[in-house]
Amino acid sequence: MQTQKQLLIAGLVALTVAAAQAAGDAQKIVVDGSTTVGPIAKAFAEYYMKAHPDVNITVSESGSGNGAKGIINGSIDVGTMSRAMKTEELDAAKGKKRNPVQHIVAFDGIAAVVHPSNPVKNLSKDQLRDIYTGEINNWKKVGGPDLKIVVISRDTNSGTYETFQEKVTKSERVTDRAEYVGSNGAVRQRVQSTPGAIGYVGLAFTEGVKALTINEIEATTDNVISKKYPISRGLFMYTDGAPAAGTALADYVGLYKTADGKKLVGDQGYVPVQ
Amino acid sequence: MMNSAKSSLMLSRSANRNQRLARWFGEGFLLVVTSLSMLAVLFILIFIARDALPFFSWTHFKEFFVSTAWYPTQNPPSFGALSILFGSLLVTLGAALVAIPLGLTAAVCLSDVLPFRVRQTVKPVVEMLAAIPSVAYGFFALIVFAPALQEHGGPMLAWAFWLVVTPFLALTLLVLADLAAARFAENRQNLVRGLVFALLGAMAAWGLWKTGRRLHGLEISSGTNALNAAIILGIMALPTMVSVAEDALQAIGRDLRMASYALGATRAETLVRVVIPAAASGILAAAILAIMRAIGETMVVWMASGNAARIPEPWYNLLEPVRTLTATIAGDMGEADQSAGSAHYHVLFAMALVLLLFSLACNIVSERMIARTRRRLR
Repeated sequence: MQTQKQLLIAGLVALTVAAAQAAGDAQKIVVDGSTTVGPIAKAFAEYYMKAHPDVNITVSESGSGNGAKGIINGSIDVGTMSRAMKTEELDAAKGKKRNPVQHIVAFDGIAAVVHPSNPVKNLSKDQLRDIYTGEINNWKKVGGPDLKIVVISRDTNSGTYETFQEKVTKSERVTDRAEYVGSNGAVRQRVQSTPGAIGYVGLAFTEGVKALTINEIEATTDNVISKKYPISRGLFMYTDGAPAAGTALADYVGLYKTADGKKLVGDQGYVPVQ
Repeated sequence: MMNSAKSSLMLSRSANRNQRLARWFGEGFLLVVTSLSMLAVLFILIFIARDALPFFSWTHFKEFFVSTAWYPTQNPPSFGALSILFGSLLVTLGAALVAIPLGLTAAVCLSDVLPFRVRQTVKPVVEMLAAIPSVAYGFFALIVFAPALQEHGGPMLAWAFWLVVTPFLALTLLVLADLAAARFAENRQNLVRGLVFALLGAMAAWGLWKTGRRLHGLEISSGTNALNAAIILGIMALPTMVSVAEDALQAIGRDLRMASYALGATRAETLVRVVIPAAASGILAAAILAIMRAIGETMVVWMASGNAARIPEPWYNLLEPVRTLTATIAGDMGEADQSAGSAHYHVLFAMALVLLLFSLACNIVSERMIARTRRRLR
């Protein structure tokens, strides 16, 4: 009894010491920024921490703007962004003697999708814009059947919405008839079950629906990489200065160049860098 | 020995003080615990108001309640919430139209028509509807109900219309025919009753057929619309309505019913003229609780209503998508930049404040109603 208790105490002490040591030794990488790049950063973090249990990576998603802010203030190690840093942000960083270095970790392409029974195959980017701003509200105006267009959009929270707005609707207002749903999967589900619907999803979500060609260019990974496909953008990670080779930070950010990293990017529905 | 016994019986001054202190402490503790929930409500109100008020400068105030342009992320943004307020009201109204008549009928049936044994099993089953998580309802609305509305919307509406309206019309016709017949002499009553019934019946049938045909021909382009959300919300509010209304009907007691029967009233007369009026305030309270259940629901409306921020044309068109306050708050909260204290962040709190004030008002009214029933029954 006595020995058992002693053993237990000894064990507890040893555990505490070990934990304290681990905490002391553990390297911390703090990641914050875009909700679009977040899944990639998280997948990378999980993958990297499995191989290196002594490294602790925390990933937050509070928006691309906060990713830039964090790098400027030096409060984070990696800023994830679904757009490049603006000149003002670069200037602010320089003012604080920081040197933001850009890493393109993936590309993000957005496909316009319609119901499989819809005969329309192609839309120009302008037609797509007019559909989303409400100027075109019937499929017959773009060579389809006499059917009301049900416009489906992602919620304004999503990076996909941001990209779509940036590349297609620009500063124009999306029609107030547009229906909003909360995920790529929900867009696909609604389009799949609604004959007159049009929606937009990440390239990985076109199964079961019909992806349109935009300006006669197919929404494929190759066309995204070659930048022929018009609705796509780069996804970035920013660090303060290029991370020194061999450090955990360099390994983590550099994951996108490895085969496993590319697979992780693909799994998240994005296009890996070639 | 005797001395100690005596002292243990007698309360010394200090013991007295200690006991008083303990009592104060105990009572105070209980008071704190009970007021915690009240304080929670108070604090929620204060904090929501605190974050909502920065939004309400005069221009914003006017825009919020007058404009229908909801573009919070556009540059420049506009925060017209009229269409969203309207969407909330429309969906809630639709849900009330589903839940209140259906719930009241079910409550009357449970309390006065069905035998006791059946009631004992049916009521828990109805109440089980309340235990289904709302996301399950939302999933059903999105995956099953919305596509069904798109494919067979017209026929579904027509059949629902016929099913609901036909028995109601038939009942009304019978009563009308009886009333008309009562004005004539005994030997001609049957003839008059038959004539009136046939005439009005033909008219009603024609109306039913015409309206049904029109509904049958409707094309619903998008199944996630106000109707979808209203029906699902109505079903979700049903257990509240049934349960509370049934309790109110039960609370009337046997005496009133027996007195009514003793005066020669039929069961229908007893129900319509005695039981329901006596329980009216309880039934109203049930209706208000059901409405609150509907207006506060988030997940289902987010999934089922389509979330398009516009007032349908015409305004009562339930077949167009609408956006509600709750869905907007849930959908936009993530992106509204907290640290910057942006207008978009504060406008969501303004919406929460509107919702909160509305349900507080409803709550107070229903409390009053329930209290009134109790007083009257005493």
